[in-house]
Amino acid sequence: MRADASMLGAAISLRGVGKRFGAVLAVDGVDLDIRRGEVFGLIGHNGAGKSTLFKMMLGLLPPSAGTLRVAGVPVAGGGARAVRRTIGYLPENVALWDNLSGLETLRFFARLKAVPASECAPALAKVGLEAAAQRPVREYSKGMRQRLGFAQALLGRPQVLFLDEPTTGLDPQAIRAFWDTLSALRDQGVTMVLSSHILAELQHRVDRLAVLVAGRVQALGSVEQLREERGLPLTVSLRLAAGDVPEAERALAAVRAAAGDAAAPGAGASTTPGRNAASGPHAVAAGLVVERTAEGLRVRCPRPVKVAVLQALAPLGPRLLDVQIAEPSLEDLFFGSSERWSR
Amino acid sequence: MIEARQVLAVAAKEFRDRLRNRWVLAVALVFAVFSLVITYAGGAQQGAVGLRSLEFTIASLVSLVIYLVPLIALLLGFDAIVGERERGSLDLLLALPLTRTELLLGKYLGLAGALALAMLAGLALVGGVLARRFGGDALYHYGGFVLSAVLLGLAFLSLAVLMSVLARDRTRASGLAIVSWFFFVLVFDLLLLGALVGTGGHYGGEIFPYLLLLNPADVFRILNVFSLDEVRNIHGVAGIALQVLGDIRVLGAAMLAWIVAPLALANWRFKP
Repeated sequence: MRADASMLGAAISLRGVGKRFGAVLAVDGVDLDIRRGEVFGLIGHNGAGKSTLFKMMLGLLPPSAGTLRVAGVPVAGGGARAVRRTIGYLPENVALWDNLSGLETLRFFARLKAVPASECAPALAKVGLEAAAQRPVREYSKGMRQRLGFAQALLGRPQVLFLDEPTTGLDPQAIRAFWDTLSALRDQGVTMVLSSHILAELQHRVDRLAVLVAGRVQALGSVEQLREERGLPLTVSLRLAAGDVPEAERALAAVRAAAGDAAAPGAGASTTPGRNAASGPHAVAAGLVVERTAEGLRVRCPRPVKVAVLQALAPLGPRLLDVQIAEPSLEDLFFGSSERWSR
Repeated sequence: MIEARQVLAVAAKEFRDRLRNRWVLAVALVFAVFSLVITYAGGAQQGAVGLRSLEFTIASLVSLVIYLVPLIALLLGFDAIVGERERGSLDLLLALPLTRTELLLGKYLGLAGALALAMLAGLALVGGVLARRFGGDALYHYGGFVLSAVLLGLAFLSLAVLMSVLARDRTRASGLAIVSWFFFVLVFDLLLLGALVGTGGHYGGEIFPYLLLLNPADVFRILNVFSLDEVRNIHGVAGIALQVLGDIRVLGAAMLAWIVAPLALANWRFKP
């Protein structure tokens, strides 16, 4: 069961947070509340300010403006140590010490976190490194180092986890195990802040996310909220026999007329039957973008037109071999709207 | 508030790291070989080899230490902080319940332990030879020399850590370390001597001896030169009236200042 984040207090609170490096304003007036037990994603282009914001939340960089609190305690100043006892951090590129073994590395972190050394071996087992516990880290692969980094982040049962590109270098099996562990932590009410370039990873795993553009939060909410806010089209994939494609195109063109949509300049109600399969977009009707694929047609349609599209295709009956409807992905949201977000 | 357990945790990791990569062993071997060679062949210029006297042996070893110890200490410490920063482990460390001061102190103490161990192990062999030849009393004087050599190492290690904090990357830090070695070991005395000769000793001649305190290598040299009568004669400084510089407390304080001041400056600069 997911913790109901909305019912819980803020684990991390940012008010008017800004960071300036000389003339460059890296983060600009960020207000953000990350709720207790929430899995929160931070996405943005390179240079958008994600890393700077991450570092400020960790207390690694002092803000030029504003205040940051973790578990109600100011990150900067005298409360820093208290804050750090409650957090775990996995950096993007885990750099450890080659001459120490995996177990020695964890013992070092355990000592600094005031965690009993007896917790180290189980932590290694949790990330599947028990067999490599005595091997020096220099013999570890990138994925093993990442797992060791994850193990140190989990030491001391942190209340808040900061995970920067956490699946970098992991193989598919390790990625699955990683997300399983995170899922268990979420159930325990651990707050997690994630950043990842692999947006598909975050899509189903974050409760909310913030899109950073030029140091500002340009969008904030759940993936569903952002979908509605952005109004990106659904993707309807139709599998048809080649001979039935023109008829389907005519049916889709009729949707425009039915919707009374006179928009889309240059878009005719008819399509260009007879063109080769997998050609580019060639018809826009009622906000529809229709393109031929090797399988049949791909239709991008606004959510309100979805039912009309399906009804228009109904006369095809069994000749419509398959229909798949896909919501816009986080990637679609990010790239499809990044231009708008950056304006 | 500095927590000693955090400092010791970092120091222990750093010390173990240096033991594991055989740095301590390598430096100890270098010291052992060079010190033995110099002990036996130090008087070759005067047409004699072998152990001549305790004072002469120490005087020979002073030159070795002045060249070798600063270089080793600078090489040991130049990437203490900038190396962690460049590798990306610095952020990970600073996200722990560990202050920057604790990290810096822990790093310094761990490296200092490794340096001291390597020097003690390397110089112990000569100590054994001297004790066998000149008796147990020789160890008292030799122990003083070794202690001052370790302090010299700690002073240059402190400088190295400061450079490691100041430099943007390892390349710059190593450049700074090399320049420092040249300056303190080779150039500083020449500059003083040049100024003294150039002014004919007419201007500020009385403060020139005190300017030697601005160089930890010179402090080490004076510490050892003034501690042994025969060595004073060897260096031709017996007639120089430098009562203050002959006071081991002043020299000890100067050496401690050379250890503490760069470290304090590094700590100040290391703040975010």
